[in-house]
Amino acid sequence: MTATARSPKDTTQAELHLKMLRQMLLIRRFEEKAAEAYALGKIGGFCHLYIGQEAVGVGALTALREDDYVICSYREHGQALIKGISPNAVMAELFGKATGCSKGKGGSMHLFDVNRRFMGGHGIVGGHVPLAAGLGFAIKYKGGDQVCVCFFGEAAVNIGAFHETLNMASVWKLPVIFLCENNRYGMGTAFERVAAVTDIVEHACSYDMAAELVDGMNVLTVYDATRRAIERARKHSHPTLLEVRTYRYMGHSMSDPLHGVYRTKDEVEEQKARDPITHLAGKLKEEGVIDQAALDAMDTEIHAEVEEAVKFADESPDPEPDELFTDVLVD
Amino acid sequence: MATLTYRDALNQALREEMQRDPNVFLMGEEVGVYQGAYKVSRGLLEEFGPQRVVDTPIAELGFAGIGVGAAMGGLRPVIEFMTWNFAVLALDQIVNSAAKMLYMSGGQIPMPIVFRGPNGAALQLSSQHSQAWESWLSHIPGLKVVAPATPADAKGLLKSAIRDNNPVIVLEGEMLYNLKGDVPDSEHIVPIGRADIKREGSDVTLVCHSKTLSVAVKAAEQLAEQNVSAEVLDLRSLRPLDEAAILESVTKTNRAVVVEEGWPHSGIGAQIVDLIQRDAFDELDAPVLRVTQADVPMPYNKVLERAAKASPEKVVAAARRVLYLE
Repeated sequence: MTATARSPKDTTQAELHLKMLRQMLLIRRFEEKAAEAYALGKIGGFCHLYIGQEAVGVGALTALREDDYVICSYREHGQALIKGISPNAVMAELFGKATGCSKGKGGSMHLFDVNRRFMGGHGIVGGHVPLAAGLGFAIKYKGGDQVCVCFFGEAAVNIGAFHETLNMASVWKLPVIFLCENNRYGMGTAFERVAAVTDIVEHACSYDMAAELVDGMNVLTVYDATRRAIERARKHSHPTLLEVRTYRYMGHSMSDPLHGVYRTKDEVEEQKARDPITHLAGKLKEEGVIDQAALDAMDTEIHAEVEEAVKFADESPDPEPDELFTDVLVD
Repeated sequence: MATLTYRDALNQALREEMQRDPNVFLMGEEVGVYQGAYKVSRGLLEEFGPQRVVDTPIAELGFAGIGVGAAMGGLRPVIEFMTWNFAVLALDQIVNSAAKMLYMSGGQIPMPIVFRGPNGAALQLSSQHSQAWESWLSHIPGLKVVAPATPADAKGLLKSAIRDNNPVIVLEGEMLYNLKGDVPDSEHIVPIGRADIKREGSDVTLVCHSKTLSVAVKAAEQLAEQNVSAEVLDLRSLRPLDEAAILESVTKTNRAVVVEEGWPHSGIGAQIVDLIQRDAFDELDAPVLRVTQADVPMPYNKVLERAAKASPEKVVAAARRVLYLE
């Protein structure tokens, strides 16, 4: 099939798929660069990479409107980029620079851009799940039709805040999508070792909530499931629990091993064979939407964009010393 | 000027602020249908409806966090805890979310939220229900903490707290809810961060807040009978602290006793003593003493409970020691 032979609908769809491919690739290359910068000591503290999980953030956020809210855990570089924060501002934040999206005060775990309704990276496992319901409460209180998507890992499901929040979100019918990224390990602990119920989607039954189990290695599946959840939230103000099964290729944080004692190298390699970027690129090549040369060109362009972000971050100034005491309270 | 109970003064503040700003709402256990565990929210459900007076399940962590999220979304939540003992379950949201949101977002997200409820001991409620949390809460940068002792201050400080664009902790007192006092009729605002001299004196300063105001006033009355003129300084705000007022009073009296409901270790009094020794060292004629709860969990037995609490007699004894009368 050639581009000229496609119907307008197909063309729109092809453009959407290409956009999602580009966004996944941007996250992948951005995170690889962040890993390099971490190794060079340019990034400090904790740094949790999204490599392997790109389809989840891209699929879900592509289904959102600009005025919808997103709130995340500390593994949020990818979602921040897709919500529209520039690679420069995200990388500068990882570098702790004044030009970062949180002025260098937040770092990797606390990316914020209130204008883009990116309501943060939050560092306490499960601690931001009630905040998502609060944003949903505010939307409903003001009579808006926005929704809030809350990303959290499967380990947060063992936290009390998750259960308290799902209960209240269901009782009060809040327009929130609770999107659990089940990457199978809370740091080094396999979920099945610490959870009595391992199908997270089943927790929705306890709270009379709509739920869906989603293949998180397929960006189109994530996109479709999130669209259905958004429809429920936007039109009927009903929350949804999505369990999106995915896999993190890297260690929990940059300072942690890729596999070590808690999972095998073979397992990691096996999962990499299901890579979401390779999967979508293959599909689009088969459909004639993109060829290898165009894919290479896209990759080259993204590389340059990410290189530019590193350069920008590196050359940006540290915050002024008196920034230490600003933003503690508003006047 | 009207005579109101502390409870009704708080109720008036809530009602007036909810009338003034449609983004103000009240959320907590039993605040609506039940009219408030201590009837502070009496009549508000009828006036403002269930969207703005929200009954919650018993899930302090969850609804405190929902309040924080609602503030991120542009509302001005007032979160009621049935007591601050239960709010300990919600400390993650108060400390990690509310207090840090503005800072870690680089100034992007203000946090106009009030967390309020009764604090400290009532009568014979035993260990888990008789705790004063102000030293924990005022330790945290990013929070403001107020502890009104009178109906007028309760109304004025709660109104200030609701209008503040920062997270404000309002520590009330179960034993204070029935206390009556004069409350100005017109728009009555007490600014956060200002202490108040509740009784003037010249020989010794008794520094107090919340329920210990009545302890200090009774002690001052007893001291007056012994020809000692005690000044009673009500802190009202614990963070920010009115350092100038404390220093000014101590400069006048040259002696101080700090009275608080909390335990002695790392208490509010320790902070006051630090201030006085640092900035008024040359004004002091005696070491500053503290009267606190005994350093034990609160017992149930009435006699033991009385022995554990700060009392006028303990304050009088401490004042006599700093005056070298003992």
